[in-house]
Amino acid sequence: MFHRVWFLIVKEFLALFKDKRSRFVVIAPPLVQLLVFGYAATFDLNDIPYAVYNEDKGELSRQLLARLRGSTVFTETARIRHDRDIAPLIDRREVLFVIHFGPRFSENQARGDSAPVQIIIDGRNSNTALITLGYLRAILAGINIQWLERRGKAAPPAFVESRAWFNENLQSRWFIVPGIVALLTLVVTMVTTALTVAREREQGTFDQLLVTPLTPFEILLGKSIPPFIIGMVEGSLIVVFAIFWFGVPFRGQWWILYAGMSFYLLAAIGVGLMISSLSVTQQQGLLGAFLFIVPAVILSGFATPIENMPEMVQQITYLNPMRYFLIIVRSTFLADSPFPILWPMFWPMALIGVFNLTLAAWLFRHRLY
Amino acid sequence: MRAEPAVHIQGVHKSFGGSCTALENFSAVLAKSAVTGLVGPDGAGKTTLIRLIAGLLEPDRGRIQVFDLDTTTDTSRIQRQLGYMPQRFGLYEDMTVEENLDLYADLQGLEREARKDRYRALLQMTGLAPFTRRLAGHLSGGMKQKLGLACVLVGNPRLLLLDEPTVGVDPVSRRELWQILYSQVRSGGLTVLLSTAYLDEAERCQEVILIHRGRPMGQGPPDDFRRRMEGRVYQVRAPASLRRRLQKNLYAVPEIVDSVVQAEGVRIITRTPALPTLEIPALIDISPATPNLEDYFVGTLAQLSPRPEKRALTLPARRAAGKDEPVIVVEHLKRRFGNFYAVKDISFEVGRGEVFGLLGANGAGKTTTFRMLCGLLPVSEGKARVAGVDLRRAPAKARARLGYMAQKFSLYGQLSVEENLTFFSGVYGLKRPVRKQRLDWALNTFDLTPFVAHKAVDLPLGYKQRLAMACALLHQPDILFLDEPTSGVDPLARREFWRRINALAEQKVTVMVTTHFMEEAEYCDRLVIMQAGTILAEGTPAEIRRHAETADNPTPTLEDAFIRLIGATVQTSS
Repeated sequence: MFHRVWFLIVKEFLALFKDKRSRFVVIAPPLVQLLVFGYAATFDLNDIPYAVYNEDKGELSRQLLARLRGSTVFTETARIRHDRDIAPLIDRREVLFVIHFGPRFSENQARGDSAPVQIIIDGRNSNTALITLGYLRAILAGINIQWLERRGKAAPPAFVESRAWFNENLQSRWFIVPGIVALLTLVVTMVTTALTVAREREQGTFDQLLVTPLTPFEILLGKSIPPFIIGMVEGSLIVVFAIFWFGVPFRGQWWILYAGMSFYLLAAIGVGLMISSLSVTQQQGLLGAFLFIVPAVILSGFATPIENMPEMVQQITYLNPMRYFLIIVRSTFLADSPFPILWPMFWPMALIGVFNLTLAAWLFRHRLY
Repeated sequence: MRAEPAVHIQGVHKSFGGSCTALENFSAVLAKSAVTGLVGPDGAGKTTLIRLIAGLLEPDRGRIQVFDLDTTTDTSRIQRQLGYMPQRFGLYEDMTVEENLDLYADLQGLEREARKDRYRALLQMTGLAPFTRRLAGHLSGGMKQKLGLACVLVGNPRLLLLDEPTVGVDPVSRRELWQILYSQVRSGGLTVLLSTAYLDEAERCQEVILIHRGRPMGQGPPDDFRRRMEGRVYQVRAPASLRRRLQKNLYAVPEIVDSVVQAEGVRIITRTPALPTLEIPALIDISPATPNLEDYFVGTLAQLSPRPEKRALTLPARRAAGKDEPVIVVEHLKRRFGNFYAVKDISFEVGRGEVFGLLGANGAGKTTTFRMLCGLLPVSEGKARVAGVDLRRAPAKARARLGYMAQKFSLYGQLSVEENLTFFSGVYGLKRPVRKQRLDWALNTFDLTPFVAHKAVDLPLGYKQRLAMACALLHQPDILFLDEPTSGVDPLARREFWRRINALAEQKVTVMVTTHFMEEAEYCDRLVIMQAGTILAEGTPAEIRRHAETADNPTPTLEDAFIRLIGATVQTSS
């Protein structure tokens, strides 16, 4: 049996790499995506433009502004003197926020009252706005504590002293780049498997294959192994890039990562083969693959946390193999989680894989007419 | 006196991207109000010529005039007077028959008042009147083609260009299409140019232009061509058991340029209009036959090109062929799709070394039967044994004993000849020393050695077919399944192909062929005609023809018989 399957595997590789289009699909998009996601996708904010509207003459406002100017996160781009200047700046996206000190800011404060600082922020991108506000609050909190200490007064009764585990500097690149391993292996395996049967159908070779003594199981095997190998190679390549190019630490155990990747690939191949056996042309296959990939990525926790999703949607994510592998890959990279903690991620992927592969095998024979 | 010309083609040359020359110095004149057939195999340049006349392409050299207008400068004026039906006509399958007609009437600017009468005439003529509200996608192949023709005719064109209008159309609908065409020519003075790869169909044209590799090979009424072949075509009658060997021997005679196996024996074409002296046994009788267009085409081509020195197709010694029990046994076979029976309770047997044909129109159930027998479709009910193996019990084991050649080229185009052969030898389970032997055998027998490293997709058409056959024969199957093997192939290549098939049959390989192409059916030892999932008739081609024998038609063709048999069931069922 293996003799026959071997020839099928060789043929699959030849067909994949001798065809310009499919060679391109395997090589180019992953590289582009790796660079795009690695460099462009970040939650960290830098050089946030802001405008100062200072009606106050006192010292405290100057102190506060000095802190802002000293931070690499913010860049002062304008100073304004009138209320009416605020709106145009924000409308035209020239600044993200305007910081406003009223005329009696220092005076109030000197009198012992607390003095409000007004921040007018562009809320069109809620995420950026929230992060910016977080930064600003931290700076204000620092000023407050410093002021209290200088006056010899007691510090506030409770304050935050935070320490991040695993990603010590909370760099979002450490969070995103391991995720790309999951994302790109999914894209590559899905696209190659979704095209294999469809390509044969389109070119009329599938019948020729079905009249050979190969059993559906053997065909399934021959069609699954090449994408599995390609997925492994591509996945490893991105792991190497993540460690050596993007400098993300790898603290976990290799065997857990690769065991996870194998299960993940099987599940993805199952979906891909199912799509492939349902589609008659390569175009349908490709469309089907993306119809799966896009929701799979969104519902995986790759960019937005699953915990934020509505309860019903969270239930759906349990069907998504990427959800599980994403946890494995992030944990092995940053946290060195032991296997027992990650075991609950393995068996659902195995279940999904077995189910889909079985269905794909059934579809091979039964959706021929 | 010849009628005035409708289309004047002068020295047209057209090539696509340097190496591929579609037409070379092509000149011809099409008569007004006549049906002209453009006849040639696939790739001869038929479609290119039609598109040039329609003004969709520009010639590299030479010029074409349609009703005295030049196709390159007066394109839009010509296109207003012309109806063009490409091979895959753009019917909107999700629209009804009437909506399709409306669309084409709009496109061709037919006034609203004129539509009603025009529609009535066209719908009546095409027999589509009861189906105006049916979706075009739900029509049969023949009806679709008739609707396509109606859509083209809706704007009252003066010149009609039809590109292979009868491909995939059953004989009954094909006859109707021809009737529609001729009624339009007679009543409206329409000029028609239609292309076809089938020479028997070309006989229905008033004028024929033969085209081969982009060059005209002759023009004239079909009778002219026949007359030129007088005295060169003979029918050699021989018992069925001898005819294959006889054909081979006759083909070896230098004075004979062509010989084909037919039901009654062998048909031969001689080099000169005289019968060469042949040493033939007493029980064989030779008589002159009526020449047809194909005889001309083959006779001329065969004389132009030197006879290819073909290696005989010999299979290596095989395991002793078993007793003469049937190789394919079908008993009460049924195939159901939902509530619909595509095959209803059919039974037949095929003996070892027989060439067996499955004949029928589209949707008759022949493809379903064929696919069940080669294991591509599960059997719903009944028994099907292939090479002694029950298809329902051990499909993979049965598949190992059969070879399969699809209608369309179906090898891996991006892989080289050698890679294709290696792949198929591998999946058929051939191990190293044998595999090497079989690969060498395939390369030698099919003259593929010079092309080992070529990509399969780049091979010339004839070689693609050889490679496909080589791949199907690597594992020495007992049965070879051929699905419409020679549709669109030129007659010479078809002869070469069938010579190989005959050689295989002589070596006791059973061959199963599906076809809706009557000429091909003549090559079979026995055949069944299917209609609506049942077998209408079974027997040798001669026996089947006898079904249509009448006083006014003492020598019916297979097509006559086919139409008569199908007509009979329609009458009894209604």
